[in-house]
Amino acid sequence: MSNWVSVCELKDITPGTGVCALHNGEQVAIFRVSANEQLYAVSNYDPFSKANVMSRGITGALGGRVMVAAPMYKQHFDLATGECLEDAEVSLKVYPVRVNAGQVELG
Amino acid sequence: MSKKRIIVVGNGMVGHNFINTLATSEYASQFEILTFSEEPRLAYDRVQLSKYFSGYTAADLALTTESEYNEKGVIFTLNDKVVGIDTHAKTITTASGRIEGYDKLVLATGSYPFVPPVPGKDQDHCLVYRTIEDLEAISASAAVSKTGVVVGGGLLGLEAANALKAAGLETHVVEFAPRLMAVQLDEGGGKLLRRKIENLGVTVHTEKNTKEIVAGEECRYRMNFADGSFLETDMILFSAGIRPQDELARKFGLELGERGGIVINDFCQTSNDDIYAIGECALWDNKIYGLVAPGYQMAKVAYNHIIGNLITHIPSELAFKGADMSTKLKLLGVDVASIGDAHGRTAGSQSYVFNDDIGEVYKRLIVSADGKKVLGAVLVGEAESYGTLLQLMLNNMDIPGNAASLILPATDGAAAVGLGVSSLPDTAQICSCFDVTKGQIQEAVRNGCHTMGALKEATQASTGCGGCAALVKQVMDAELESMGVEVNTDICEHFAYTRAQLADIVRVQGYSSFEQVLEGHGKGEYGCEICKPALGSILASFNNEYVLKDGLIGLQDTNDIFLGNMQKDGTYSIVPRIAGGEITPEKLIVLGEIARDYDLYTKITGGQRIDLFGAQLHQLPEIWKKLVDAGFETGHAYGKSLRTVKSCVGSTWCRYGVLDSVSMAIALENRYKGLRSPHKIKFAVSGCTRECAEAQSKDIGVIATEKGWNLYVCGNGGMRPRHADLFATELDDDTLIKYIDRVLMFYVRTADRLQRTSVWMENMEGGLDYLKNVVINDSLNICEELENAMTKVVGTYQCEWKTTIENPEKLKRFSQFINSDKADDNLAYVRERGQRRPATELERIELVDLNSK
Ligand SMILES: Cc1cc2nc3c(=O)[nH]c(=O)nc-3n(C[C@H](O)[C@H](O)[C@H](O)COP(=O)(O)OP(=O)(O)OC[C@H]3O[C@@H](n4cnc5c(N)ncnc54)[C@H](O)[C@@H]3O)c2cc1C
Repeated sequence: MSNWVSVCELKDITPGTGVCALHNGEQVAIFRVSANEQLYAVSNYDPFSKANVMSRGITGALGGRVMVAAPMYKQHFDLATGECLEDAEVSLKVYPVRVNAGQVELG
Repeated sequence: MSKKRIIVVGNGMVGHNFINTLATSEYASQFEILTFSEEPRLAYDRVQLSKYFSGYTAADLALTTESEYNEKGVIFTLNDKVVGIDTHAKTITTASGRIEGYDKLVLATGSYPFVPPVPGKDQDHCLVYRTIEDLEAISASAAVSKTGVVVGGGLLGLEAANALKAAGLETHVVEFAPRLMAVQLDEGGGKLLRRKIENLGVTVHTEKNTKEIVAGEECRYRMNFADGSFLETDMILFSAGIRPQDELARKFGLELGERGGIVINDFCQTSNDDIYAIGECALWDNKIYGLVAPGYQMAKVAYNHIIGNLITHIPSELAFKGADMSTKLKLLGVDVASIGDAHGRTAGSQSYVFNDDIGEVYKRLIVSADGKKVLGAVLVGEAESYGTLLQLMLNNMDIPGNAASLILPATDGAAAVGLGVSSLPDTAQICSCFDVTKGQIQEAVRNGCHTMGALKEATQASTGCGGCAALVKQVMDAELESMGVEVNTDICEHFAYTRAQLADIVRVQGYSSFEQVLEGHGKGEYGCEICKPALGSILASFNNEYVLKDGLIGLQDTNDIFLGNMQKDGTYSIVPRIAGGEITPEKLIVLGEIARDYDLYTKITGGQRIDLFGAQLHQLPEIWKKLVDAGFETGHAYGKSLRTVKSCVGSTWCRYGVLDSVSMAIALENRYKGLRSPHKIKFAVSGCTRECAEAQSKDIGVIATEKGWNLYVCGNGGMRPRHADLFATELDDDTLIKYIDRVLMFYVRTADRLQRTSVWMENMEGGLDYLKNVVINDSLNICEELENAMTKVVGTYQCEWKTTIENPEKLKRFSQFINSDKADDNLAYVRERGQRRPATELERIELVDLNSK
């Protein structure tokens, strides 16, 4: 995983929200859950609604796991692992993400 | 086996109750049910009859409909009186000449108003109060009268006086006895009631015996009294008691009581085994029961007896054993209750009296000779202890603790002696209107009814007069507790508070961000998709800041965060505000052009606006720029906030309209647009009582009358439709808006998350009356604050879309990708009826196939 690609600046992601980046032809949702530099990146495709909308969900925590709630039907996904909290069969692909000199990079 | 034929004479409240029981029973298919009504309509709620004057229509009062009867196979004939019974041939004859045979005949002919035989009583404006037609006649007469007199100061007479007063007449009550409600109240209670009623502007004349009614000098009539005095009036309403309608029984040889009434046994059979009598026409143990609950009980008894006799051949054991006549009601706004032996006629009985001239409360408690049991009570001015006292009496229970404290006001530190519901037997009847016992309520709770709303729906308890609401709630809470259900009302794992409590916290602490609330009162560092939007809404209700502001944007739910309604494929629909449904042709053309240029699927909404579907994120700002330039504003269709104020065209064009409903609708929509609330709110304004805007199905409904606006609250359509309740009548514009301000702000502050106004009100202890008290009488002393809060919201309104398109930083978020201008390639559409719609999964596969070929 040496191929880090910059997709936007950190300040483009308002704390508490997510954005979607096009990365190697895939849609990746990147979340900034609080004001610090901690970011999470998962697939933007919502497997329940079959629409590319995950980046527009509300983030938060449930039982200590940082999560995003799908904007369409509100299933919860663990942002660190991509697991769906309601359905163990379903999960989102997780992407490496980091902040490098103010730039958000996907790996 | 041929069907058994049941004929029910009279389709009043009790006759209908009997028919309904039979027609919905497991034996229904074995019966043919016929009913004849002398009235021009099927059964209606006579108990609520007075509501007709406050805008209820015959349809609102109806207990059933013709189509419902048709569905159930009940054969009914209206406007046809039964005039004959042939007990040998077992047939009846009607006024129109029909003859029908029966296996069992049920007389449910009710009663008629007694009019004292005073010379002059039969003139045009001398009326009675029993049917919808009577009320129509009263309305017509009141319209051409200035003064009205009610003869009779009993329960019905005072209800009638209220109606005359509401119709704007100078109102008098003339009573033969020395006090009002002589049957139910003692002297002290009657005296206070009189004082209260006179304070409301109704003049009470007691010990007056009307000798004759002659032409008046100042008014239409003059009533001359036996004592030489007189009273002038334009109309007279007789409400001097009821008499059982026993004409048929009298003519055809059934046994009658000495003073009338059809004699029945414990199974409601008359002196002829195949003929039953139920309701107000029946005389049991030499008593007529002039209330609906005992009538329903008789209907149940008769039903069981008939089934036992004709079908199962197992004698029914259910017997009528008399009924309690305790009542609690509000007369001209005064709480009045009478329980059991209100006059202390039981030998050796003793009493406690509490009389507060300042607070205008009178209570008398009658206890047994040994002081251990409650025998009766009179409560005037305040009747909260009704439920407790009634249960103590009905269940013959020992008085807990000090008897006097049952009627004394609670003093600080000492909790009022309530009745531990746990001490009631399971058979205790909690709701007497619908005969619901404590055991039935407990069972419903065990089966999952954990809110008052659910419980009411499942058991009907507390849906009649509502007098038992507090007790029902206590039984529910106790049962929940014993089930070990900790009634957890926490909004989520991050806040151990309800939405209402959070609203208080935000208001009192003056918070303006989620982080402040979380740090001060929550757990964890993130929150979740439940508490974030809830607090987003609360913060917006109080501070009304731009919802996409940094710090607030992350709190916005799916739709709010992009100021549009997300559709199933991730695109958005756009709904500009069209206040009151009024739109110029120019603006309509703009909408059409935008829809055409962006190929948006276009549909008219139920709220009289236009919905444009299928806009992608990056198109939203462009489209809104065009809309804002053309003078449109955001419609907040995405928010839990005011949606629309629907209106009919009103008096400007309609030949029936009495007030300008469109102007009012626009004013209301512009006033409350943008107000964030626990759930969406819908309004409507109708220009006359034809109600074309369907205001009675809205959270706030306004209907024009000749004398001003009638305000309805807490209705809704949707999953569980509910008619709005009439809240106040004949309001001028300012008072209307004042009341709406208060109701809405109170709702915003105290409702639960995603709770519509209907459920909010149903779950409120005290319900509609409580809400009226808060809003109209300012019982919590918060109205000024509520109005100020609303004024602030109104004053800080901004069109969120206008703010957004003027803010380049915010617009960055409106694209599918942060790093590319490409569109989402996952969208696929097909055309249907000239417009596009998202392709179904199957269609998608075909589309992909096509593309790849
Ligand atoms: C204004 C008002 C307020 C009231 N408030 C309360 C209250 O708060 N609580 C309470 O418990 N009760 C109240 N009551 C009393 C309650 O309405 C009656 O107890 C109830 O309606 C009795 O039902 P019923 O079926 O016996 O009689 P009704 O409802 O009077 O029905 C009898 C029907 O039979 C018809 N009929 C009669 N003879 C014939 C015939 N020969 N052929 C065909 N049809 C015939 C009549 O036209 C009538 O439609 C109130 C009554 C009034 C008028």
